[in-house]
Amino acid sequence: MNAAYAIVALPLAGAIILLFGGRVLREPLSGWLATIMAAGSFVCTVIVWVSLLGRSTSSRAVEKNIFTWMPVGALHVNFGLQLDPLSVLWCLFVTGVGSLITLYSIGYMHGDPSFSRFFFLLNAFVFSMIVLVLANNFLFSFFGWEGVGFCSYGLVGFWFERESAAVAAKKAFVTNRIGDFGFMIALFLMFQHFGSFNYSTVLAPLAGGSAILPNAFATGLALMLFLGAVGKSAQIPLYMWLPDAMEGPTPVSALIHAATMVTAGVYLVARAAPIIHFSSSAGWVISIIGAATALLAATIACGQNDIKRVLAYSTVSQLGYMFLGEGTGDYQAGIYHTVMHAFFKALLFLGSGAVIHAMHDEQDMKRMGGLRKYLPITFPTFIIGYLALAAIPPFDGFWSKDEILAAAWHKSPALWVVGVITAFLTAYYMSRLIRLTFWGEARWESHASAHGAAGDTGHGEHAGEPHEAPVTMTLPLVILAVASVVGWLINAPFGGLDFMDKWLAPVFPTTIAASVHVATGTKWLIGLVATVAAIAGLIAGLGLWRTAVDRPALEPAVLGHAWYIDEGIAHVVSGPLTGLATAFSFVVDARWMDGVGRGISSGVASSGRALRRVQTGYVRNYALGIGIGAAAVLFYVSLRAGS
Amino acid sequence: MSVPSAWYLVLAAILFGLGATGLLVRRNVLVMFMCIELMLNAVNLTFVTFARTLNDIGGQVDVFFVLVVAAAEVVVGLAIIVAMFRRRAAATADDIHILKG
Repeated sequence: MNAAYAIVALPLAGAIILLFGGRVLREPLSGWLATIMAAGSFVCTVIVWVSLLGRSTSSRAVEKNIFTWMPVGALHVNFGLQLDPLSVLWCLFVTGVGSLITLYSIGYMHGDPSFSRFFFLLNAFVFSMIVLVLANNFLFSFFGWEGVGFCSYGLVGFWFERESAAVAAKKAFVTNRIGDFGFMIALFLMFQHFGSFNYSTVLAPLAGGSAILPNAFATGLALMLFLGAVGKSAQIPLYMWLPDAMEGPTPVSALIHAATMVTAGVYLVARAAPIIHFSSSAGWVISIIGAATALLAATIACGQNDIKRVLAYSTVSQLGYMFLGEGTGDYQAGIYHTVMHAFFKALLFLGSGAVIHAMHDEQDMKRMGGLRKYLPITFPTFIIGYLALAAIPPFDGFWSKDEILAAAWHKSPALWVVGVITAFLTAYYMSRLIRLTFWGEARWESHASAHGAAGDTGHGEHAGEPHEAPVTMTLPLVILAVASVVGWLINAPFGGLDFMDKWLAPVFPTTIAASVHVATGTKWLIGLVATVAAIAGLIAGLGLWRTAVDRPALEPAVLGHAWYIDEGIAHVVSGPLTGLATAFSFVVDARWMDGVGRGISSGVASSGRALRRVQTGYVRNYALGIGIGAAAVLFYVSLRAGS
Repeated sequence: MSVPSAWYLVLAAILFGLGATGLLVRRNVLVMFMCIELMLNAVNLTFVTFARTLNDIGGQVDVFFVLVVAAAEVVVGLAIIVAMFRRRAAATADDIHILKG
């Protein structure tokens, strides 16, 4: 169990070494160091997992205190770890996918002048994410929460000399602050009501049935926590930062903005399940926001041309699915989808990274085409990821999405309908992506040669012809592709093979998590309808984009501009809000606030100017003053003495 | 037949008044200095008078304090005056008003 310390310590040590010694280590040594640290963390997680498996179901929760962080009165906040099925599961895929992506980055970041800084941030990110999930109290978790936010900022803005990257990093950070504000309010509420942040103090009695929460308080607390999750996991209304975050290097998009960090919100909601249970409406809010986000983001993805933006909107959409599942009370379904999504979306992002690498930093799908002949490893792995995301049986996405749809049906058929429509759209836009990227005529030749002639960074020497990525990049693709095909077996919904459900059962006892009872016949029907929808989307997408490159009717400007929501916000901000700010700065601040300050200072100056006449410099004047003063005092004293 | 205390007090008041008037109207620093001494000694006279009238030794003790302070004052004051005379031939108090506001 002491391996738990190493889980946290290894990436931290890697980050510290790279922070101070990165300049000495350089390429590719810092990349290998970071990979070894992340992989070591994964190995330790496996050790912890195995030793937890050896225990009985009821005693699979171990707390490890490292030291007391804040001893304030009766409140003791510890740097402490909690190893329970939920946190270890999360840690497994965070460190597992994290190591693969770090390995991939060695190839992807080849030739970058800030090679070591990149791997410092990756290791720091893995450390923060581990802290977030392994913490034994909400405040320490919040520490990791802010840590991943910072690393995300640093990685989105990694190429900060590019204006758009710097702006996107700022946008991601500021949008996340809004969510963090909700998390902080939740922490204050928690302290006021429970006087503690520890999971064991706050959550265990609620889950065990020995304590209850009033409905209104539970709703407020759950919704504030959910606001934090909304910011981190890019749900309506705070999803706008995620597509822009694609300005970062592609491994970052895969690691942070698809597989791990954005699932922090899913983790938080799952962790807060005992609180949500006592609220009559929080579950509804979570599932409705999730369903709405899933649908909205899927529609936007249909009209995007940048390969990474399609995947980004797809991530937003899939995160919506996860929240839809969690909102219904079937947390296992949401978590199952989170793990599956981590596999296939990391695969898709890394695949798109290989495509972009091959195209010499071209991201516009309209300028790709015909790439299947040139990328013998990327192409088949990408197809596997595509089928998994499109939820075609028997790939990963089908099984987890099926469980979510069943849970949604159980909650409300309306949610289920939204889920099925989204499933159709998902298959459609992914088919469009595949067609435009890998099939059709090569639309890149003229462009690529011009690009190469202009002097491409890093791999300009073999510009012109697309080429397959090096083995450090293709190996993670293959591993993730295998995971995308067989990963669903961790929770197969038949024959008692639902290992993950059983594993998580102690965290979600029936007292707090409604067990979803859907008749077997209905479940078959739901799976069938979802499959039909997905295949219909597949056929529609593959058919419509067989030869065509531009179909204006199918990609209206309104979708290309993401329903003009971003522009609308920018308009509101630049119009009335800027006017208000101007009014404040030039009237309230410049006239009123500064007026008070200037009034005081000029009053002091003018009174000083008047009073300095008294200081004549003649001794006799001063003597006279003393004399008159003494006389006045004497007069007063004699008056007092007389009365 | 002794002199009544009131006479001493009147004398002290006259001396004090002389000193104060001299301080205010004269310009010569040395003379102003002597006027201050005159005022101090007028006060000393009242102390001694009251000490005898009230039969209280405290008044005479106060005189010693005044004398000590006066001696210290003379030391500092004369040093300033000497410094002044070094800078200019005949300095009146009004010539020194650099510190005016």
